[in-house]
Amino acid sequence: MNNTPPTSYELPRTHYLNATYGDGIRSWLLTTDHKRIALLYLGSVTVFFFIGGVLATMIRIHLLTPGGALVTPETYNKLFTMHGVAMIFFFLVPSIPAVFGNFLIPLMIGAKDLAFPKLNLLSWYLYMVGGCFVLYSFSTGGLDTGWTFYTPLSSVYSNSAVTPAVIGIFINGFSTILTGLNFIVTIHTMRAPGMTWFRLPLFVWAHYATSLIMVLATPVVAITLLLVGLERLFHLGFFNPALGGDPILFQHLFWFYSHPVVYIMVLPGMGVVSEIIPTFARKPIFGYSFIAGSSIAIAVIGFFVWAHHMFVTGESTYIALAFSFLSYLVAIPSAVKVFNWTSTLYKGSISWDPPMIYALGFIGLFVIGGLTGLFLASLGLDIHIHDTYFVVAHFHYIMVGGSVMGYVGALHFWWPKITGRLYPQSLSRFAAVVLFIGFNLTFFPQFILGYLGMPRRYHTYPPEFQVLNVLSTAGASILALGYLLPMSYLTWSMRYGKVAGPNPWPATGLEWKTASPPPTENFDVTPEVNWEPYDFKNRTDLGLPAATPSPAPAHGDD
Amino acid sequence: MHRTGELYGQFQTLEQQKESATLGMWIFLITEVLFFGGLFLTYTINRRTFSTAFGIGSNTLDITLGAGNTVVLIMSSLTMAMAVWSAQVGKKKLVCIFLIATLGLGTVFLGVKAIEYKQKFDHHLIPGRSFDMKYHPAHPMAGDDLKELALEKKEVDEALAVDPDINFHGQLYFSLYFGMTGLHALHMIVGAGLLLWLIKGSFAGRFTPQYNTPVEVVGLYWHFVDIVWIYLFPLLYLIDRHR
Repeated sequence: MNNTPPTSYELPRTHYLNATYGDGIRSWLLTTDHKRIALLYLGSVTVFFFIGGVLATMIRIHLLTPGGALVTPETYNKLFTMHGVAMIFFFLVPSIPAVFGNFLIPLMIGAKDLAFPKLNLLSWYLYMVGGCFVLYSFSTGGLDTGWTFYTPLSSVYSNSAVTPAVIGIFINGFSTILTGLNFIVTIHTMRAPGMTWFRLPLFVWAHYATSLIMVLATPVVAITLLLVGLERLFHLGFFNPALGGDPILFQHLFWFYSHPVVYIMVLPGMGVVSEIIPTFARKPIFGYSFIAGSSIAIAVIGFFVWAHHMFVTGESTYIALAFSFLSYLVAIPSAVKVFNWTSTLYKGSISWDPPMIYALGFIGLFVIGGLTGLFLASLGLDIHIHDTYFVVAHFHYIMVGGSVMGYVGALHFWWPKITGRLYPQSLSRFAAVVLFIGFNLTFFPQFILGYLGMPRRYHTYPPEFQVLNVLSTAGASILALGYLLPMSYLTWSMRYGKVAGPNPWPATGLEWKTASPPPTENFDVTPEVNWEPYDFKNRTDLGLPAATPSPAPAHGDD
Repeated sequence: MHRTGELYGQFQTLEQQKESATLGMWIFLITEVLFFGGLFLTYTINRRTFSTAFGIGSNTLDITLGAGNTVVLIMSSLTMAMAVWSAQVGKKKLVCIFLIATLGLGTVFLGVKAIEYKQKFDHHLIPGRSFDMKYHPAHPMAGDDLKELALEKKEVDEALAVDPDINFHGQLYFSLYFGMTGLHALHMIVGAGLLLWLIKGSFAGRFTPQYNTPVEVVGLYWHFVDIVWIYLFPLLYLIDRHR
């Protein structure tokens, strides 16, 4: 961006946003264009992010004082439950795949659309119907079981609106499954001529791995929540000890999905980082095949660690040892990525465009979140920090410091492609820093709180923890600003932003070779790929100045 | 995306379209394995813990109807495979005939299941307030074999001695029975719907040696539903069968 010669562009005359096929709103609600469906998702996930955010705000305000300032204990249970359900199932899981995966995968592989466009639209409708059920649950008594729905509280004793909620999540699960199925088939069968597997952008590899998890893990939570609903409705006994059932069976079934789901939430963000870093270091990514392979490795190993959520349930020490060991193992491919991203930066030509700030933030915060996961995977230490704020801080560092930053970074990186417009660069750099500071202030104190013993999901705490809680709430207000700023200037830019042209950064992906915004069929002519990914040196079409530093030599001359 | 003949606009060739459709169906079937898998896991754990109740529950199922249904479903898989073959060799009339046969056999299966479910209702074996494993032996109904019933009564009494909570644990068995066969039946109803759609297409002469992907893909689905039943039958009907 810093080195591109200033060119003034005009928006293309027709593109997917103003394409006229059918009338106004129907052409959006009945679209099968993956780009429009991506925008439908963008609207929906933003609404749920906002709802989850409001619930988080209420939690943090309530925790300003040890006695609990805002709500009754029963309502507090509902706040953290609904925050989790809204954020996990209706924001984090769909966010990057359903918005950016949908928009970009066909463009990145040179296809006209996904393999099953109508199934894609069905996915969005399933999401919306599921969302309606969950919102119905939220507004008719709420949900107080925790997003983890442990039995027999959820299946027998809770007086909250559990049944509509599990129905909603069940339906939403099929949205995820169909999206994953669509991506897998598309990546296998719809690549343009010359787009071999090892020329695919790492974003596509990341989504392929994510989709594998989506199709294998989600059906398990579907049947599990279905069973919870049936237990509630028909008083069956699978998870109810009073009728001979076993609550631990629920936990095994639930966590068999819910551990892999965290990789559904983080792998796409890693894919985004793998696109942004080489672009703003203007260097090929270091270790392409290792990053691609590590995505698959995370997906596979991630299926074998679920019982690390159950170390204190009385499971045998031997099985706990096995799960602890495997949990350490799954950190290795993640570390491979971090080292490769860092090596990409080394001797690169770094520019501080807003997407780069988000990507760098991702790397740092993901390292902290990931390493603290190892604290939790250590059996002895977990006895002390399980069910404390240490866990809360750990997963927020990865899910917010990682995934959400990846999502916002993706918004900033591909906004010009999606809308054809640029946004104010200085303001957005400022917003990225605000987000980073606000995030750390919110969640770092929580590591300390957890280690000192403050339990999670409690509506009160001992007075000596107040300072850290107040710090956390203060951070949350700054974090909120960090989100509101992009929401504002990105919306502003849709009308008033500078026209971006096809490749403003410039970046090397196939998606940047078509107009911004792209035409409905994506490419005027089916592209034929005969270049390697991230090959800044040999891509003369990018218009880069001749003095581009060559990649770090294999045997250093430093 | 528009459609030219049978080629959808997002694809370059019919070959690519066929490859995508079949891969898509295979992946969907894998998700179904995981979906049913949760129930199979629950079954495994519960059968191990409550083996007496599961044995006695299984013995109340009518093995003739179950085995008969199994044969019916296997036959329907045969007719489905014949439908796919007929399309591949261009025998359009046979496609219609075999698809109708498959639908017919599937309907027979569902009808028998309905009869079985009604039997369970009559015998107070539906999980809930009126569930009682001792009810049927104590209340013979028209058409019951009284000797069989006396044997059943003896078995229930023996089971009660081993497991006093037989009525609780028996409900777990029957919940799984209804849950697993019910989910299976739901999938068969969806399959029946797909077959109706295929029959409509086959009457219109849509399926040729060059284009028969829908028949093949629905065939895959139908075979999967059949295989699930092949597992369900022994697991539910054949526990501790002596007589």
